[in-house]
Amino acid sequence: MSLIVKRAVFLYSALFILIIGVGLVLGAPFTVRLCVEAAAYSLIALGLNIQWGYGGLFNFGLMGFVMVGGFAVTFISTPLNMEFWNSDGPFMLLKVIIAAMFGAALIIGANKLPRFGIRGKAFRAAQIFAWITAYIIYRSQIDPAASYIEKTSTFVGGLGLPVVFGWVFGGFLAALVAYIIGKICLGLRTDYLAIATIGVSEIIRALIKNMDWLTKGTLTVSPIPWPVPKPQDFQAMGVENSLSFILARASFLVLVVLVVLLALYLVQKAYGGAWGRMMRAIRDNHIAASSMGKNVKSRQIEIFVLGAVLMGVGGAILTSFAQIFDPGGYQPINHTFIIWVMVIVGGAGNNYGAVFGGIFIYIIWVMSEPVSQMLFINLSAFSDGFGWGAIPDIESRSLQMRVFVLGLVITLALRYAPKGLIPEVIHQQKDEDKAGIK
Amino acid sequence: MNELIFFFNKVIISGAVLGSIYALGAIGITLIFGILRFAHFAHGDMMTMGAFITFLLAGAATAFGFTAPLPMGFMVLPIAMIIAAIFALGIDKGFYAPLRARGAKPVTLLIASIGVTLMIQGLIRLIFGVKSRSFFVSEPKNIFRIDVPFFGATRPISITEPQILMILVTIITVIALHFFLTKSKFGKAMRAMADNADLAQVSGINTKLVIRVTWIIAGALAAMAGTMLALDVTLKPDLAFNIVLPIFAAAIVGGLGHAWGAIAGGFLVGFAETMAVFNWAILLRPFRENLPLWVPHDLSIVPTEYKLTVAFVILIIVLLIKPTGIFKGAST
Repeated sequence: MSLIVKRAVFLYSALFILIIGVGLVLGAPFTVRLCVEAAAYSLIALGLNIQWGYGGLFNFGLMGFVMVGGFAVTFISTPLNMEFWNSDGPFMLLKVIIAAMFGAALIIGANKLPRFGIRGKAFRAAQIFAWITAYIIYRSQIDPAASYIEKTSTFVGGLGLPVVFGWVFGGFLAALVAYIIGKICLGLRTDYLAIATIGVSEIIRALIKNMDWLTKGTLTVSPIPWPVPKPQDFQAMGVENSLSFILARASFLVLVVLVVLLALYLVQKAYGGAWGRMMRAIRDNHIAASSMGKNVKSRQIEIFVLGAVLMGVGGAILTSFAQIFDPGGYQPINHTFIIWVMVIVGGAGNNYGAVFGGIFIYIIWVMSEPVSQMLFINLSAFSDGFGWGAIPDIESRSLQMRVFVLGLVITLALRYAPKGLIPEVIHQQKDEDKAGIK
Repeated sequence: MNELIFFFNKVIISGAVLGSIYALGAIGITLIFGILRFAHFAHGDMMTMGAFITFLLAGAATAFGFTAPLPMGFMVLPIAMIIAAIFALGIDKGFYAPLRARGAKPVTLLIASIGVTLMIQGLIRLIFGVKSRSFFVSEPKNIFRIDVPFFGATRPISITEPQILMILVTIITVIALHFFLTKSKFGKAMRAMADNADLAQVSGINTKLVIRVTWIIAGALAAMAGTMLALDVTLKPDLAFNIVLPIFAAAIVGGLGHAWGAIAGGFLVGFAETMAVFNWAILLRPFRENLPLWVPHDLSIVPTEYKLTVAFVILIIVLLIKPTGIFKGAST
């Protein structure tokens, strides 16, 4: 066993002991819940590891993909809203779709103009004109439709399909968004990609928050069904309360772990193969890779989309487990930066490292809430005892302490352990030693 | 005519104010990018930090019984800028300099700046809590109403005292910065280093000193921009996180590494935001009787909730059409 494998085995066993410890202190139902969420986060971290660890692509818009996944599962799995289907809503939406398609046709047509000999300024003017017309046509249909739907039936509702379809659709929708972003932004320099992805994720958040007719906005959608029996179903079968929670959440956990293992297997397989080597070559020196005949940009889009699929599925799992889709609950700290911490601490470029980081950091993040509160309450009592007065607003302040610690962890990890706990393994060819090249 | 004055109040004045704030922030980002070659994400929180320093100083000054003809926030601003500059130097020494010494890639510095942003955010909320505050508790916020006595206008042009001061201070700062960059020894050294760091070092420029000067300017300008934002609206711990993205958009639109571009980009983004959410149908109101009925009553380009997205749409269009920005900035 090489050193890294030994270290990985050690870290994973330590993680197992940590989970058992949490279970002993806080009880099984809470721990199983923690594990489900940690597994979903590790799936998202795996997605980021593909983009950043393999491809060196700088995605700061994870929140956008996670949100898209959450929306997808909400849309697919919540029951049909009959009020909407019985109103004029579907017809009006059809008109919106036709208008959107007409607008898209205009834009595509304008883009094809150079073929007919229209170039330069006339072409630019035609393009701008097409975009503006398309926007006006779309707005003229969507505005009345949106206000009508909100008035008559609050929102579109779901499709009432099985939840697992929702997870798949989450991955698909995230892939679609990633493809569009990739088309626009990959090929730009790294910093631009970082800013552009943050921008896109903020746009997605603004859209999902404000398109009340589609997502119910800040009113939140719940309950979202589970792919496995809920605790209430177990209770109906006569299982007592706390056991029913354990059973339901454990079966959810099994499903999620299966998804994570499948993703890990596929990703690891791809990483070891020719495709993974090519991606690493592009990451380390894209000029050399492109002179070897690799199409750098389309490969980067490929990897960006692939990572986004895992993020979308992870986001869908999180939403369906929480049973509520709350667009206001998405924060860059909770859904973008913490995942970066997971990958950096776990080890960028190593899938086992990313999964480990995902589970470990999530557990630490959740557990740090009561710990920091306890710390602050003691501190406050301490300062009170000295006659300095108690610390006001302990609750919210101690929560902010975690943000500070998160930032500190990022900077410290970059400075002292830039490769992470389970670093990337680079297989060198053994022949070099035989040939005497040191 | 009232409609035009409404337009002036809503678009020209607030656009100019927003543009000044964006421009001051974007100058800092663009200078750091020019010299150190990384996108400094913690700039927004440096702005918030500066605003809180000013707030503390203003509170202290009022408590000691100082009075001033101008809002106290403006009087203590120079001191706050000095303190913020020292903080900026400390942040560089503590978090970025070790990474640079190791020869880390700009991307690593970018991630480190995210870490710094979270740390500042956490500290600010830890110390000041999450509630929003106002600079104008003990003193009134003067509003000037300028009557326009012709063309039958009845509504005045209204502008607050901080807004006037803000625009004036921005103009003075920009001119001072221009002379600093073009005439002074340090300014020339900074431009040389932005063009080619290695060549600058070889030709005897003290690059470490230039980096320090850059952080001093960036920190001071961040404090200024943050204070202005806080004076114009309210002082909140998450003040800057929403604004760092439009500021980046402004810096990129103007061409990263280009100080004049940052100013132009800042005002462009500021005016674009106010114009995009302005309801243009108001300007048509006097002609309402002569217009066909299908002209809607709401002609804003985007609904107000999407104001933040305007900056990104501009950013993306600029990236697509002219990736180096309006004024050719750094492209590599």
